Amino acid sequence: MDGQSTPADKILLEGLVETDRVHKDCYVSEEVFEKELEHIFYKSWIYAGHESQIKNKGDFTTFQIGRQPMILVRGDDDNFHVLFNRCPHRGAMLTNRHMGNAGHHFICSYHAWQFNFDGSVHAIPSPAGYEDTRFDKNDEDACMKAAPRVASYRGFIFASLAADGPDLVTWLSGAKAAFDDICDRAPEGEVEVVKTCFRVVQKSNWKIFLENQLDALHPSITHGAAGRAAADVEEEIKAETGQEAPLQYHYLSAFTTPIYKWDGLETAGHKYGHSMLQGYMGLRPKDPDTLEYEAVMEKAYGKERTEEIFNTNIHHVLVYPCLSVQSPLQQLRAVRPLGPNETLTEIWHFRLKGAPEAIYRRSLHYYNLVNSPSTMINADDLYNFWRCQQGLTSEGGDWVSFHRNEGQDHQEDGVTTSVTGLSELPMRHMFTAWAGYMKGEL
Amino acid sequence: MSKLIKAGTQQEIEQFLYSQSEMLDSRKWRDWIDLFTQDGLYWMPADPADEDGDGIPSIFYEDHYLMRTRMKRLDHPRAWSQSPAPRTSHLISNVQLDAAASTDKELVVRSRFHVGEIRLDKQRYFVGSYTHHLVPDSKSWKIRLQRVDILNYDAPFDYVLQVWL
Repeated sequence: MDGQSTPADKILLEGLVETDRVHKDCYVSEEVFEKELEHIFYKSWIYAGHESQIKNKGDFTTFQIGRQPMILVRGDDDNFHVLFNRCPHRGAMLTNRHMGNAGHHFICSYHAWQFNFDGSVHAIPSPAGYEDTRFDKNDEDACMKAAPRVASYRGFIFASLAADGPDLVTWLSGAKAAFDDICDRAPEGEVEVVKTCFRVVQKSNWKIFLENQLDALHPSITHGAAGRAAADVEEEIKAETGQEAPLQYHYLSAFTTPIYKWDGLETAGHKYGHSMLQGYMGLRPKDPDTLEYEAVMEKAYGKERTEEIFNTNIHHVLVYPCLSVQSPLQQLRAVRPLGPNETLTEIWHFRLKGAPEAIYRRSLHYYNLVNSPSTMINADDLYNFWRCQQGLTSEGGDWVSFHRNEGQDHQEDGVTTSVTGLSELPMRHMFTAWAGYMKGEL
Repeated sequence: MSKLIKAGTQQEIEQFLYSQSEMLDSRKWRDWIDLFTQDGLYWMPADPADEDGDGIPSIFYEDHYLMRTRMKRLDHPRAWSQSPAPRTSHLISNVQLDAAASTDKELVVRSRFHVGEIRLDKQRYFVGSYTHHLVPDSKSWKIRLQRVDILNYDAPFDYVLQVWL
C-alpha cells in the first residue's frame, strides 16, 4: 500500500482537477475510487475511535480504513492497538461485533487460534503438528497484522496504514482546533463518548458529503421546509405557553437563515485538505443553564481563559478525508467510503466532562433532531446527494463547477481563507489536497 | 386486574390501533397527532434495553410540538425528499392487552407491525413492535406513550424515517 503514483495513474488522473472545476470521474469512476483508497485512505490518518470507547483491557471497537476491516483494542499494556480483523491461519474475521470486550485474547471461531492484543500469537492448538514445518509462531505472518501507526490527540485515536508520513499532530495542523475546542469546552478538559452510534449509508460519493458540510449556500434551500416548520412551531409555543421555544427548535429554524447572512461567515483551508467554517449559530444564550455552565467553566479555567474558549467560533471542521467535527455541538461524523456510489457515516456525540446535564442535553437534541435516522434535516441532504450521484453518472456534462469566488482567496502562513462564507473555497481546497495525495506529493 | 379491561375492550383497542395506522397511511397527520394526550410522546428507542427516552439518544422522541414540526415539514411544498411522497401500508397484529402492566388509569397494549413503503420505484419494509400506553378519553382512548421498537434499530440505515411508523 505505498502511495507512489505510477505512470498509468498519471494518465488516469490527468486533467481531472482544475483550479475552478473538477471532472465527474472524480465522483463516479471505479478506477478513480480504487486509487483514492490507495493514495488517500491508506496513506493519511484515519479516525479509529475515542479512548472512552475502549476504557478497559480487551475492550474493542471495529471500523474500516477504506476496504480494510480493522479492530481498535486496548491492550494489556494499556496501549491502543489497531489490527486487521483477520486470522492469519485461514483468514476468518476474528470478530463480527462493532464493540465489545474480547476477554484476555482474540480467539478465532474456526480453529481457536488465540492472539494477544498487540496481534502476537498467544496459543495455537496442536502445536506438535507444526514441528519440522516452516511455520514459526513468532513470525509476523503468524500474527494478526497491525496498522503501522496509531496515535491519539486529546483522546481521539487515529490509525495510518502507511509506515511513513507526517505524525498525527503535524498532519492535523489547523484541524487540531476541532479537538481542542470540544475538549476545552469541558470543565475537566476531556470528553466522553455516548454509547449510541447512528450509522447512515448514503447512496453517493464520500466527497459529496464532505463538500456539503461546509457549503453555506445550501442550508436555506435544502432545509428551508424543516426550518420554516420549526420557526412556525416556535411561534406556536410562544403563543400557547407564553414562553420562548426551547433551543432545539432554533437548531432547526436556523436553517431558514437567509443566504445573505451566510456571506459574513468565513471558511478556511488548512494543510492536508482540512477545512473549517467559522461563525453561524449563537449557542450562548443567557438562560440559567448557560449561566450555570459558564460559572463551572470559570471555576475551572478562570474568567479570561473561559472567554477565550467560548469565543472560539467554530461551526464545523473537516478533517480530510475521514471526519466532520462539530465541536460546539459535541459531535462528529466519521466518513467510511464503501464504493464510488456509497458512503457510510458513523455519527457519535460526546459528554463534556464536568459540565451540567443541561449542556449535554443540548447536544443530544441536535444529535437526535439532525443526525438520528428520523432526521428532518439530513433527509433532504441525502436526497440531494443521491440526485447528484445520479446526474453525475450521466453523459449530460463532464464537469462540476467550483467557480464561486475563485481567485479571491487569501493565503497566509499556509492557511487559505475565503472572502465570504458562500465561497466554494472548501471544495477547491479539498480537491487541491486530493490531487496532491493522488500524485504522491502529500 | 385493571378496571379498564372489560368485555369488548380487546376488540375496541384493535379497532383503535387499526384506525391509528389508517391515519398514517392516508397522511392525516393532524388527526394522528390528536390521538395523543397533551403530554403524549412518540418514542422509538435506539436500544431495546432503554426504559425511558428522556435524556438519551433515540431514533424518535417527540412530543406534541415536535410532532407538529414534523407534520409541517411533511406538508411543506419544498420538503424535497417528500416529492414524490412515499406511500405506506400498515398491518397491525398480535394485539395483546398487558393486564400485568396496566393500571386502573392506564391500559398497556402490545402489538406487532409490518409496514410496507413505496417511494421512487423502491419497496422497503419495516417490522417491529408497539407498546401503547392508553388512557380513557370521553368516547375513545388517547395515547400517553407509544413506544416503537423497530427490529433493525442498530443497523446502518440506508434511508431516513421521515414519517412515523
